[in-house]
Amino acid sequence: MKRYFPIIVLAVLCVLPLVGLNTYLMHIVILSVMWAVCGMAWNLLGGYCGQVSFGHAAFFGTGAYCSGILAMKFKISAWYGFLLSVPLNVAVALSMGLIVLRLRGPYFVLATLAIGEVFRIFAENVVDLTNGNLGIMIERTWVEKTQFYYIVLGLGLLAYAVVKFITESRWGYYFVAIREDQDAAESLGINTTLYKTIALTVSAVLTGFAGSFYMVYMGYIDPQIVFSLGEISILMIMVVMVGGVATFWGPTVGAVIMVILAELIRSIPRVGVAYQTLFGILLIVIIIYLPNGLVGDFPKIRRMFQRGAA
Amino acid sequence: MSLLNVDNVSIFFGGLAAVSNVSFDVEKGEILAIIGPNGAGKTTLFNIVNGFYAPSKGKVSFNGEVISGLKPHQICRRGLARTFQVVKPLQRMSVLDNVIASSFLRCDTKAKAEAVSREVLQFTGLTEDADIISKGLPLGKRKRLEIARALATGPELILLDESFAGLNPAELDVSIEIIRGIKARGITIMIIEHHMKVIMAISDRIVVLNHGQKIAAGLPAEVASNPTVVEAYLGAEH
Repeated sequence: MKRYFPIIVLAVLCVLPLVGLNTYLMHIVILSVMWAVCGMAWNLLGGYCGQVSFGHAAFFGTGAYCSGILAMKFKISAWYGFLLSVPLNVAVALSMGLIVLRLRGPYFVLATLAIGEVFRIFAENVVDLTNGNLGIMIERTWVEKTQFYYIVLGLGLLAYAVVKFITESRWGYYFVAIREDQDAAESLGINTTLYKTIALTVSAVLTGFAGSFYMVYMGYIDPQIVFSLGEISILMIMVVMVGGVATFWGPTVGAVIMVILAELIRSIPRVGVAYQTLFGILLIVIIIYLPNGLVGDFPKIRRMFQRGAA
Repeated sequence: MSLLNVDNVSIFFGGLAAVSNVSFDVEKGEILAIIGPNGAGKTTLFNIVNGFYAPSKGKVSFNGEVISGLKPHQICRRGLARTFQVVKPLQRMSVLDNVIASSFLRCDTKAKAEAVSREVLQFTGLTEDADIISKGLPLGKRKRLEIARALATGPELILLDESFAGLNPAELDVSIEIIRGIKARGITIMIIEHHMKVIMAISDRIVVLNHGQKIAAGLPAEVASNPTVVEAYLGAEH
């Protein structure tokens, strides 16, 4: 049964648009898949390799601006942004890695946070290239959601395949070894700097795809949206924390929950504007009661309900 | 040519010479013990040989090639593995996965890495614990897991840092057998140890450190009767 689980999920996702969900529900599904891609990407570096990044908005925004600038400045299809984002995000990851990967623990966290903010401020001020705070508005390719849905689903599959392949290979073992003890990993012959760089780069490229997709799908970006600390970098971490750090399905489960929750809370009158406060409270609750996330602590949750029933 | 050559090595932390002008050789196939009182610089010496520290002066050569200044992972690839005094298991990984992470160094595929790992676990008597998350392992077995991981990297020389500390007599015997088994495989061993009984039983030669300096070296019987060594351990009056 467990072996067929991914296939069943895929089949359900493929036929989902045929059910005739309304535009709003399709929008939520698309956002969920997009956030699942981000979560899986972040999880590769933060979950498996143990390098907790607070600056992934840098990659997301770079991806988004690749699409946006191509369409706005060069008048070519924003879809080429996906291609452009790869070399660009590899370059960003490598130069960022040069600075942050020599740092450990809280210093790494703070350095990534700072770099994420540097990207936002850069995008706000280099007006000639990015339009600054005016943002970039492009014409969307389709009005319908279905096409976007299949494209984001493709991205989801790609991220899934990449993470699955990596975690089951030598790289996966090395990533976890680095997370658990860098000195031990190093003395067991693992080139920790190299493998951390690989984790960062793969994570960056996947995140960049999600960013490019955001541009073509939403049709509008500005630095405070796509380079946002709270709405991108931290939300990415929350997606993984809620779902389960270093678990396979955690980011996906977390993405669905966070997107739905965000929509629900925002629709509540008055309280809605304070949704970030509520997210903060949720995060604290999760850390205390389900430190391994919903997927990681699933056995614990099941026991809780069984006890409740008996 | 000796397998490992430590040539006039010193390291300074601020003004303190943690290791000063230490020279010795490790011959292929032998068990060399490093002993000395607490703070003598034994683990620091290991950290220099293993590449965590670059020596301030002097050099370390392995198989005729200078390795001081290389990174630990490069030194490990050349065939020099180590264990840690404070055990550093990859806590949230199973015992088997811990060892697989090491054996990947010399194996291309996961199947090969797993085969090598299972063999090493068999050798160190950890087969039954293969699927246990290493966090839950008792100390004695964690010490053995350290040895298993080092062995899985396929070393020529293995540095054992207090692999016997804190073990009960039964575990001690198991570990002594494992060390002898490692030697029988043709792997050279350099070991830091406080258990004199163990040292006398297994080592071929002994180097004694005190205050970062080499104060004696030789066969176990010679070292045990050396007045400088007795003084360092028990004080001058004895």
